[in-house]
Amino acid sequence: MTLGVIGRKVGMTQVFDDQGLAVPVTVVKLGENIVTQKLTKEKNGYVAVQVGGFLVEEKKLNKPELGSFKKNSVAAAKPLQEYRLEDNAAYNVGENLPIDQILKEGMLVDVRGKTIGKGFQGTIKRYNHGRGPMSHGSKFHRSMGSIGAGTTPGRVFRGLHMPGQMGNKNHCVRHLKVVRVDLDKKVLLIRGAVPGCDGGLLTIHPSKTKWN
Amino acid sequence: MNQIIQEIEAPLLKTNLPVLNIGDTVKVFVKIKEGGKERTQGYEGVIIKRNGHGVGATVTVRRVFQGIGIERVFLLHSPRVEKITVQRRGHVRRAKLYYLRERTGKATRIKEKIGAKKELVGAASPQAKAAPAAAPTAPAAEPAKSETASEQQ
Repeated sequence: MTLGVIGRKVGMTQVFDDQGLAVPVTVVKLGENIVTQKLTKEKNGYVAVQVGGFLVEEKKLNKPELGSFKKNSVAAAKPLQEYRLEDNAAYNVGENLPIDQILKEGMLVDVRGKTIGKGFQGTIKRYNHGRGPMSHGSKFHRSMGSIGAGTTPGRVFRGLHMPGQMGNKNHCVRHLKVVRVDLDKKVLLIRGAVPGCDGGLLTIHPSKTKWN
Repeated sequence: MNQIIQEIEAPLLKTNLPVLNIGDTVKVFVKIKEGGKERTQGYEGVIIKRNGHGVGATVTVRRVFQGIGIERVFLLHSPRVEKITVQRRGHVRRAKLYYLRERTGKATRIKEKIGAKKELVGAASPQAKAAPAAAPTAPAAEPAKSETASEQQ
């Protein structure tokens, strides 16, 4: 897995491209992205770097969490993310990730985040099922109807669309274009929509495509 | 609005936009591309709707052309919208003039706002008391100054 960065969704707006056309963009505030730990083959069994997204107050962490920061004498950061690498010699504990090397303008990225929670929803909202007539004596309104035949097969097929929790689930949107990288303000503009509400945590990775 | 988004939008917002109200007759100059060449085309009509704020603010301009009603939506801060001039200030009592769609001919006339004519004659070019989108952030006097400065250039 290649290196990615951690950020927070700020909201959406639009900018204009060189032809004067409006481009819908999501604004992402990038975190500090501090290397908090280096994992080695000898000690951990695999080579990786652990990255902390945003600096937090020490009182926001519990003692075991704080302990690992104290041990490496780095600032407390949250959330933590590990990136497996072939070689992590280029990264030192306590330094910021080189965002300008990871993300470039015009690049395609995958954005992961937690979608907005919709709660326990029926099949109409959750899976775009149709509904029955609401009037004319119909008693079939929004319920999901039959879930299968009787004795044969004698069971309910796996994966059947049923009511349940909708949203509040990790989701990835692939191949979004990076419109602008502003390292002074630590702001990233990504074309299109990304999962989650404003203020939600996001991880941004370069896409595995032939265009990058 | 979020401060970070405001900072991103700030350089994109036009400061020389005239005050645009619902019911005003305006002329919008739009850049269009025709076979590699670029030219400006004017489009005149009545503002029947305003939508959005910040860089995404739009106006819907309605005109009747050869008996067919046309409504075009203009993104106010788009670089393709070169200039907007106010021809006539209208006196209306609605925020959305959808009722004009069902009317034809004389019934579509809109009363002129009293005292507006002087204002338009006085300022030959669109007076920029405040750019509509920038109005809440900037004090009224500042954009007016920048307008005169751009005229001198």
